[in-house]
Amino acid sequence: MTVDRFLTFIRVFLVTMIVIGLLAFVWQQIDADNPFARWRNPGARGLTGDQFKGLLISGLSQGSMYGLIALGYSMVYGVLGFINFAHGEVFMVGAMTGFIASEKFNDNGMWESNFLLCLALIVLMAIFFSTSLAVLMERVAYRPLRNSPRLIPLITSIGVSFFIQNLVLGLFGPSTKSYPRLPEWLSKQRSILTFEIAGTRLMVLVVAAASMGVLWYIVERTKTGKAMRAVAEDKEIASLMGIDVNRTIVTTFAVGGAMAGVGGILWGLMFRSVTHMTGFLPGVKAFTAAVVGGIGNLGGAMAGGISLGSAESIAPLLILEPLGVPGVSQLKDAVAFTVLVLVLLFKPSGLFGERLSSEERA
Amino acid sequence: MSALVAPMPSSAIDQDWGKVLRWGLICGGTLIAICLVGMPVELDRRELIERYLSLGYVSVLLIPILIGRIAATQVVLEGFESRKQGLYDLVTGLMVGLLGGGCLSLLMLALDSWNLRDPLVNWSPKLFRFLTYENGMGFGAGAWIVTCGALSLAGAALHVVPAIVRRSTGTVVLSLLALSILEGAVDDLSEGFGLDWLTDLMYAKKGGLTLTSTIVVGAVIAVVSVLTSGRVKAATNRYRDMQGAERQKASMILFAVVAVLCIVLPMFLGKIMNELLANVGLFLLLALGLNIVVGLAGLLDLGYVAFFAVGGYTTAVLTSPNSPFFAPELHFGFALIFVVIFATIVGLLIGAPVIRMRGDYLAIVTLGFGEIIRLLFMSDWLGPYFGGAQGITNVPGVDLGFATVKGTDPRSVFYLVLFFCVIAIYVSWRLQASRLGRAWMAIREDEQVAEAMGINTVSAKLMAFVVGAVLAAFSGAVLAAKVGSVFPTSFMILISIIILVVVIVGGMGNIAGVMVGSFVLIGVLGGPKQPGLLQEFQNFKLLIYGMLLVFMMLKRPEGLVPSARRSRELHQEEFLQDAWLKGDKSDDDADDEDAVNVGDGGGEEE
Repeated sequence: MTVDRFLTFIRVFLVTMIVIGLLAFVWQQIDADNPFARWRNPGARGLTGDQFKGLLISGLSQGSMYGLIALGYSMVYGVLGFINFAHGEVFMVGAMTGFIASEKFNDNGMWESNFLLCLALIVLMAIFFSTSLAVLMERVAYRPLRNSPRLIPLITSIGVSFFIQNLVLGLFGPSTKSYPRLPEWLSKQRSILTFEIAGTRLMVLVVAAASMGVLWYIVERTKTGKAMRAVAEDKEIASLMGIDVNRTIVTTFAVGGAMAGVGGILWGLMFRSVTHMTGFLPGVKAFTAAVVGGIGNLGGAMAGGISLGSAESIAPLLILEPLGVPGVSQLKDAVAFTVLVLVLLFKPSGLFGERLSSEERA
Repeated sequence: MSALVAPMPSSAIDQDWGKVLRWGLICGGTLIAICLVGMPVELDRRELIERYLSLGYVSVLLIPILIGRIAATQVVLEGFESRKQGLYDLVTGLMVGLLGGGCLSLLMLALDSWNLRDPLVNWSPKLFRFLTYENGMGFGAGAWIVTCGALSLAGAALHVVPAIVRRSTGTVVLSLLALSILEGAVDDLSEGFGLDWLTDLMYAKKGGLTLTSTIVVGAVIAVVSVLTSGRVKAATNRYRDMQGAERQKASMILFAVVAVLCIVLPMFLGKIMNELLANVGLFLLLALGLNIVVGLAGLLDLGYVAFFAVGGYTTAVLTSPNSPFFAPELHFGFALIFVVIFATIVGLLIGAPVIRMRGDYLAIVTLGFGEIIRLLFMSDWLGPYFGGAQGITNVPGVDLGFATVKGTDPRSVFYLVLFFCVIAIYVSWRLQASRLGRAWMAIREDEQVAEAMGINTVSAKLMAFVVGAVLAAFSGAVLAAKVGSVFPTSFMILISIIILVVVIVGGMGNIAGVMVGSFVLIGVLGGPKQPGLLQEFQNFKLLIYGMLLVFMMLKRPEGLVPSARRSRELHQEEFLQDAWLKGDKSDDDADDEDAVNVGDGGGEEE
C-alpha cells in the first residue's frame, strides 16, 4: 500500500531529523563555530550546563501542570471513551477563580500577611468551582449522550468548551488578569542539588506531586476508587455488582475537575496571567500528554505530562536550533503537536500502555 | 395553588414540584447569566419597535417563553396513553416564570446593594436601570416577576391552544421579529427595487418598526398565515412524494428560480448586503468542503482551517508583487492551478498519518496540524518566504479582462464566490450519489463492515480529505483576492470550529442543510470577524455558536435540514423501537420520526 510506504517514509524522515539534530547539537557543543551551526542561523549558540538545567526545570514544572490536567482527560476517556474537550476550560475556570479570590485577598492585605492561609483558601475555592463545573457539564451535556456514536459527545464537548470560554469572556471581560506577586520568601531562587530553581517552580512541583499522591490514594486504596476502576473496566458488569455507575462517573468528573482546578491555580501563580483563552492550548497539550502516557493510565498521564513539558522546552534548542532553524522558541507548540503525531505513529497505545474499558478497546 | 391544579386522567393530582423548581431555577439562572454577560444593555441600543421594544428586552423576554414552553412539554411515550395537555401545564409554565422572575429580582437586589464591578465587568448601574425601567427597585422587581410569569405562561399555552392559533401567532411573531431585525437588509433591498416609500412607511427614522406598522403588518401576516395554513406543508410534501421525471422537472424549476435569484438579486443590493453575501459564500464554500469530510466520510477534521490557509497563502505568494521570497505575479487563474496542486499535497500530507487513527484522535491531531500550519506561517523560520506575522499584502484582485474582482467591489466578489460555490455544490451533489460517496457513507456508518464489503477505506478517506482540502483552498484563494492580503491571524482554529457549527446546525451530510446553515449563521450572526445582519451580536455570537452546537447535539444531532440517511443513523434505536412497536409493518416511513418527543419540531420555522 502506498499509504503504508508513505507512513514508513514519514517515520524514517522524522527519526532521521531527530538524529541529525542531536548529532548537530553534539557537534555544536564541541565546536560552537562549526559551519553547520552557522549555516542558516548565525546567532545559534550551544547550551551551557546551567541553561540546560534551567530548561529542564521549567519543562518539568510546566509538564507537571500538563500532567494534572491530563489526569482528567485520561480518567474520563478511560470511563466514557470520549475526549472531554472542555476539560481545558475547567482548568481555566480554576485559574480564573484563583485570580478573583487572590486579588480580593491582595486588596485587604491578607495576601502579604498570611500567605499560606490565602493559598489554601484559593486552592479550595478553585477546586470547588472547577469540580462543580465539571459535574454540571457531565449532567447537562454528556449524560444524555452516553450511548450515542463516539463523535457526538466529542462535538458536544467542543461546543461546551466554546460556550464556557465565551461565557467567561462575557462575564469577566477580555483583559488579561494578572495574579498578585508571590511573597518574596517563596519566590526567591533556591539552589538544590546544583539546580538553580525558583521557589515558585519548586512549589508547583511539590503541589503537583502531592495532588498526584492524593489521587493515587483515592483511586487505588478507597472504595470509590475501586468503583471507578470497575466502571472503567466494564460499565454493565460493574452495575451488576451493585455499583452506582452514574454516581461513579460523576465522581470521576469531579476528581478530574479538582485536579484541573489545582493545576489552574499553579498555572496562575507561575505565569501570573489568566485570560478566557488560557484553557485552550494547555488543554490540547494535556490531552497530548494523556495520549503520550497511554490514555486511561493515571501514572502514565503524569509521566506523559512531564515528558511533554520537558520535550517542549528542551527540543527546540536541542534539535531544531542545531538544524539551523531561527526563532525556535516560537515553535514550542509545534513541537508539542509533533510529539503527539510521533507517538500516535509509533505507539498509538502510549508509552506506558492504555487502559480502556472492554467496549472501547474494540 | 393546589386549587388550580388541573384534573388529570391518572391519579397524580399535584404538580411535579421538583421539576417546576428545577426549570424555574434554570430560567432564573439563564436570565441572570444573560444580564451579567451584558447582552441586554448592549443590545438595548437597537430598537425593534420604536420606543416600545428594543432588542435588549427581546433577548431577555424570549427566555421565559422558551423555558415555559420546554418545561410544559410532555414526554409522550408511544404505546402509552398520555394525559391531555391543559390547565396543569399552564400552572407549570406560570410557576416556572414566576420563579425565574424572582431570581431576576434577587439579581436586582444584589445590584442595588453590592458593587461587584471588579470581577464582573457588566455589574453596572446601567444594568440596574435597564432592569428597573428607571422606576425604582420595587416596580422593577414586581414588573419582572409578572412579565416573566405571563410570558412563561404564554410559552406553556403554546401546547394547549389549537394548532392553527399556535401556528399563526408563531408566524406573526417570528416574521415581525425577522422584519425588524433584518431592517438593514430590507432597507437595502427595497432601495434597489425603488420601494423606498414602503420602508419609510414601515420603519421609524431612528430604526425599528413604528407601532402602527407593527400592528398593520402583524394583522396582514396573521390573515395570510390563516389563509395559507397547511398549503406550504402540503406543497413540500407533494414535492417530496414526487417520483422520477415529475420530480426532476420540479427540481429543475426550483433550481432555475434559485439560480436567477442568485444572479439577479445582487444587482439590486447595496454594498453592505453584497459584502455580507460574499462572506456567506466564502463560508458556504468552506462548509461544503467540511461537509464532505465530516458529513459524508465521518472524519472530524478540526484543523480544516489549514487548507483554507494553504489556499490563501498560495494565491498570495503567486500573485502578489509583495511576496517576500518568490513573486512570479501570476494571474489568479493560473494561481488556481497551483492552489489545487498544493491543496492536494497538503491534504495528502495531513491525511496520510491520521487516516488510521481512531475518530477522536483524528480530531485532536488535525487540530494540532491546523495550529502547526498557522505557527509555521507566523514563525521566523518560514518568515523569509511567507512574511511572518506581517503576512503578504497587496494581493491583486482577479482580472477578468472586462472587469476586476476586488474587495472594494463586493458584488464582483460575490459572483466569483458564487462561481466556486456552484462548482462545489455540483461536485458534492454528484459525489454523494457516486460510488465514492456511497463508500464514504458506508465508512461513516461502520468502518469495519465497509472494509469487509471490499471498500478501500484508506483511499476513500484520503479522497475525502483531498476534496475537502481543495474546496477550502478555493475559499482561501478567494479570500486572499477579496481582502488583498493574508496574515497568519486570519487563519485561527476558531474558523474551523465555526464551520463545524455551520455544518452541524445546517445538517451534516446534506447540501441544502449546509446552505441553510451558512445563511442562517454567517448571514445573520456573522463569521469570526465578519459582521452579520445582527451587528449588535458581534460580542455574543461565539457564545451563541457554542450554545447552538451543544443544543443541536443534544436535541437534534441531524441538524435543521437533516439528510434522511444520517438522521436514521443517529436515531437508530428509536427507529428500531418504533418498528418494534408498530409490529414491523412499515419500515420505509422515513419522515415519521416524531414519535418520541413532541416538542421537537421547533426548528422548522427557520
